[in-house]
Amino acid sequence: MTDAGGIAATIDAIYRSESRRIFATLIRLLGDFDVAEEALHDAFRAALERWPRDGVPANPRAWLVSAGRFKAIDGIRRRARFRALDDFADEVEGIVDETVRFDGDDIEDDRLRLIFTCCHPALSPDAQVALTLREVCGLTTEAIAQAFLTAAPTLAQRIVRAKGKIRDARIPYEVPGPNELAPRLGSVLRVIYLVFNEGYSASSGPALMRVDLSAEAIRLGRLLVALLPDPEAIGLLALMLLQESRRAARMSADGEIVLLDEQDRSRWNREQIAEGSELVRQAFGSRSFGPYTLQAAIARVHATAVRSDATDWSEIVAIYDLLLRVEPSPVVELNRAVAVAMRDGPVAGLALVDAILARGDLVDYHLMHATRADLCRRLGDATAARTSYARALALARQAPERRFLQRRLAELPDRTVAD
Amino acid sequence: MQYLLLCCFNEDRWQKIPESERNRIMQEYGEFQQNLAASGRYRAGAKLGSSATATTLREQAGKPVITDGPFAETKEQLGGYHLVDCADLDEAIAIARRIPTLRAGGAVEVRPVEFGHRE
Repeated sequence: MTDAGGIAATIDAIYRSESRRIFATLIRLLGDFDVAEEALHDAFRAALERWPRDGVPANPRAWLVSAGRFKAIDGIRRRARFRALDDFADEVEGIVDETVRFDGDDIEDDRLRLIFTCCHPALSPDAQVALTLREVCGLTTEAIAQAFLTAAPTLAQRIVRAKGKIRDARIPYEVPGPNELAPRLGSVLRVIYLVFNEGYSASSGPALMRVDLSAEAIRLGRLLVALLPDPEAIGLLALMLLQESRRAARMSADGEIVLLDEQDRSRWNREQIAEGSELVRQAFGSRSFGPYTLQAAIARVHATAVRSDATDWSEIVAIYDLLLRVEPSPVVELNRAVAVAMRDGPVAGLALVDAILARGDLVDYHLMHATRADLCRRLGDATAARTSYARALALARQAPERRFLQRRLAELPDRTVAD
Repeated sequence: MQYLLLCCFNEDRWQKIPESERNRIMQEYGEFQQNLAASGRYRAGAKLGSSATATTLREQAGKPVITDGPFAETKEQLGGYHLVDCADLDEAIAIARRIPTLRAGGAVEVRPVEFGHRE
């Protein structure tokens, strides 16, 4: 006699830990997201019916994949009004009989396929993010919508359209070949980092109901590294862990920004720092220095400095030099200028900052003006600082940032300090 | 599945490219077309007359209206097309990527054919 309550609990546990993997395999077998989704639920329904009677199978995952496939093909046949659909059912059955792969490493391949498909560049970046969170992470549409402060119907439509494009343009469900892997992986990493940043900078407060996007991004990063130990994937995971390690110290109790040099380092998560540092070492071991790896290396220098004034700014500038070669951008130049100012003094930093502005770059970037204001402030030029803080405020949109800038503005002395 | 590859480029910009460079690009184009034909994926294709040779028809109040020029003013103009038969979008993109239009600063749109003629 089998214990029905125990079986139900077992099935529930299997659903929570395995459903996404089973889903990924079903997509490969059935070739369609929605068909696979239905098949997944049919499979678990079948398990709820049969396992109390027959017992839990030796290989639950394989049983569920097989049941899902069977139900789907059966459903296609029963709904078939045209020969074409019946042929399709034959085709699917035929493919599976030739290449029966339900378990083991191939299921890991299926999850990788799923990630690459959801992050295909033919889909809009918004769609990539929504689809990945829905299909790879298994978040509900409502949870995703809430996390991104979007209306649920809008997000649902976005996902529907993305699946439509996959179907109509025939975006393949494949891991890209070696020639395509690097740029396509870039797309995946961008999606993961976007999700992370959405969680990182979003306001805290009464957000208990909102899913933790940063945690979700880190989980995705771990999954990717487990499936594809590429140095940049490792670098991104390291970067996220190192940034996340500072979460408890980044905001004061009343939700105000605490800058890096003022943070209580005893509140940094040492485990995440240790893991992130080790991952940086691994990524560097590959001798290929991508942007995420380099950014992680910079984060590690900060994370391993005991005190703010013990930070090795020379090393940071050196890494920025590398980063500029690998991914030249005005924002990277700006961040490098900040590091140069720390190493060589505000005059040197200001010269670099003004050179960027003179080219017409970052003129509308609030952090550019905040940086300039800070450098002028340190040089005792309150007038110039005031102008730049005002520009930054006019451009800044997030409330904690605005409050921070307003505080700095208010702290300025009324007159320029003369020697 | 069939895809239409629409090759677009800025005609003014094309004119400004030195003749020797234009000839080199056209030669590359010839090589591309040979390879495409050899791949068995090619179904049809053509270079079109310039947008100045275009004529557009519409209907207004039930009456046909004929105007000079392409149907829309765009930054880049349609210059040619290739119809290819591929297993999926990635294959079509792999072909599109080799079209010399891209190196000349143009764009290639890859559009799936919903239903078309079979020879």
